[in-house]
Amino acid sequence: MRGGQGAERAAVLQFTNCRILRGGTLLREDLWVRGGRVLDPEKLFFEERRVADEQRDCGGCILAPGFIDVQMNGGFGVDFSRATEDVGSGVALVAQRILSHGVTSFCPTLVTSPPEVYHKVLPQIPVKSGGPHGAGVLGVHLEGPFISPEKRGAHPKAHIRSFEVNAFHDLLATYGPLDNVRIVTLAPELGRSHEVIQALTAQDICVSLGHSVAHLQAAEEAVQSGATFITHLFNAMLPFHHRDPGIVGLLTSDRLPQGRCIFYGMIADGIHTNPAALRIAHRAHPQGLVLITDAVPALGLGNGHHTLGQMEVEVDGLMACIAGTKTLCGSIAPMDVCVRHFFQATGCSVEAALEAASLHPAQLLGLEKSKGTLDFGADADFVVLDDALHVWATYISGELVWQAEEARP
Amino acid sequence: MRLVILDNYDLASEWAAKYICNRIIQFKPGQNRYFTLGLPTGLPRNHPESYHSYMWNNFFKHIDIDPNNAHILDGNAADLQAECDAFERKIEEAGGIDLFVGGIGPDGHIAFNEPGSSLVSRTRLKTLAMDTILANAKYFDGDLSKVPTMALTVGVGTVMDAREVMILITGAHKAFALYKAIEEGVNHMWTVSAFQQHPRTIFVCDEDATLELRVKTVKYFKGLMHVHNKLVDPLYSMKEGN
Repeated sequence: MRGGQGAERAAVLQFTNCRILRGGTLLREDLWVRGGRVLDPEKLFFEERRVADEQRDCGGCILAPGFIDVQMNGGFGVDFSRATEDVGSGVALVAQRILSHGVTSFCPTLVTSPPEVYHKVLPQIPVKSGGPHGAGVLGVHLEGPFISPEKRGAHPKAHIRSFEVNAFHDLLATYGPLDNVRIVTLAPELGRSHEVIQALTAQDICVSLGHSVAHLQAAEEAVQSGATFITHLFNAMLPFHHRDPGIVGLLTSDRLPQGRCIFYGMIADGIHTNPAALRIAHRAHPQGLVLITDAVPALGLGNGHHTLGQMEVEVDGLMACIAGTKTLCGSIAPMDVCVRHFFQATGCSVEAALEAASLHPAQLLGLEKSKGTLDFGADADFVVLDDALHVWATYISGELVWQAEEARP
Repeated sequence: MRLVILDNYDLASEWAAKYICNRIIQFKPGQNRYFTLGLPTGLPRNHPESYHSYMWNNFFKHIDIDPNNAHILDGNAADLQAECDAFERKIEEAGGIDLFVGGIGPDGHIAFNEPGSSLVSRTRLKTLAMDTILANAKYFDGDLSKVPTMALTVGVGTVMDAREVMILITGAHKAFALYKAIEEGVNHMWTVSAFQQHPRTIFVCDEDATLELRVKTVKYFKGLMHVHNKLVDPLYSMKEGN
């Protein structure tokens, strides 16, 4: 329940004895919440002359904005790309389970699939607010099928397509209505990609570059046309070369539109990216780094054989590969594990590690006024963490939606 | 007058805080027995450096005071004189101020009672002296045109009505004002001097603030420190049921 006329009479919650992440620093401040939003206590004090209705002691913990995962293919046995009659239940199950990872909003991701799958699945994944039932759905991330066959990674070659005949119309025919779509990953070297990028951007859909053999110039032109994200940097793209840095070169390109920040997803599971490469990217462009899990259905299931899209997957420890090969096909590290690994590997500040999983994805999606932040007026979606960045509790709209076993009374 | 001299700013602040703490606890405040603390007034609301923000961040948010018991002059009120009169009435209704804590300006003013203010003045709208505007410029990015030129302030008379007055003075730039306030006569050009006629005033300062005083004055009061320190040691606590 957010805002509205009843908001002023709603209970005021004051979270005390904590440090909150605000304005890029950890402040020794209390977090005030009312009507599902972060409240300005000074206004409450002087204008309404009210005190908190309830105080909660956070035991000296860190309160950070809830994590936002913009690339998740499934988890806990659920495969978002599988066209069933009840996709909604699968999304709901994943949404509920990731609360324990500190994720309060996410983008269910569909890998390269035939049009029938998109037409059946997309309408079943509407944008939805989070709550005790699970993390909020911000919209679907469509990763493919307009990608490079050479850099398809684990995506099925048979369903890869191009849009060189009818550009945006081809895209619409493939996906169907785009109402529930938030992000589209495509390869900019495909013919007529600029028209498509512009059309998608005009509909407020975030365009991401990935699974591509584009050289730097093509990538820069794509950004000039409206692309704002890079899908899992380093993976499924040309490697960095000193005379043509490829898509990786966007991190330090001087040919991007004025004031535009290019964001890039990084899978910081310790497997998809060598820590040294992670550090190079981070140091080159720390403000654009967005932590993603790129989680596959095997997330949370343990070792063995599982299904992803139209293919079979083998899981061993923290690694998931196409059955019978060594090709990685997505990570199974939960978001909080990624945050901790990122923090250790880069030696960055706690604030930077937390912002990479919250503020930056929110900025990517243009939601930074309400998500990924604990500024006054923002949605009260946050996580309670200890100094080692383990999640102890998760809140959505100021309501406790998950709590660690040890923390329960 | 009591003159308490500490070595530096931090020690002076700490001493003053302990004193106020003990005074409140020894007063034994309760449901129907309020300890009324007076503080000097300030700038318009909703400016980044507004007095409301300042008081919230430095005081109110750290304590559990009922917001209805915090009275601040509203510089944005429609009728400023009525606002001032109402403030005076609220003080009276609260039973008067038990302890007023204030500082001193380089020109010897208390609150915004600039040189020339009547020593029996009440809460009113006051035009600020150039010295004060210059001193406040640092809160407005050094841009003089942004500094408010007028302020609502309690009057000298209003503060004189308090049962006890504490003045905090630190730094060499305040030394001359302190000299004028306590070693010269009562004079409306140095309004803090009015407290020479108050039955219970305590000045808390650091070494630098005493630079313009007579050696004899400083030695006399330093010699009394063992007596003064009994006011802060032992330090009482609400929890111990004093």
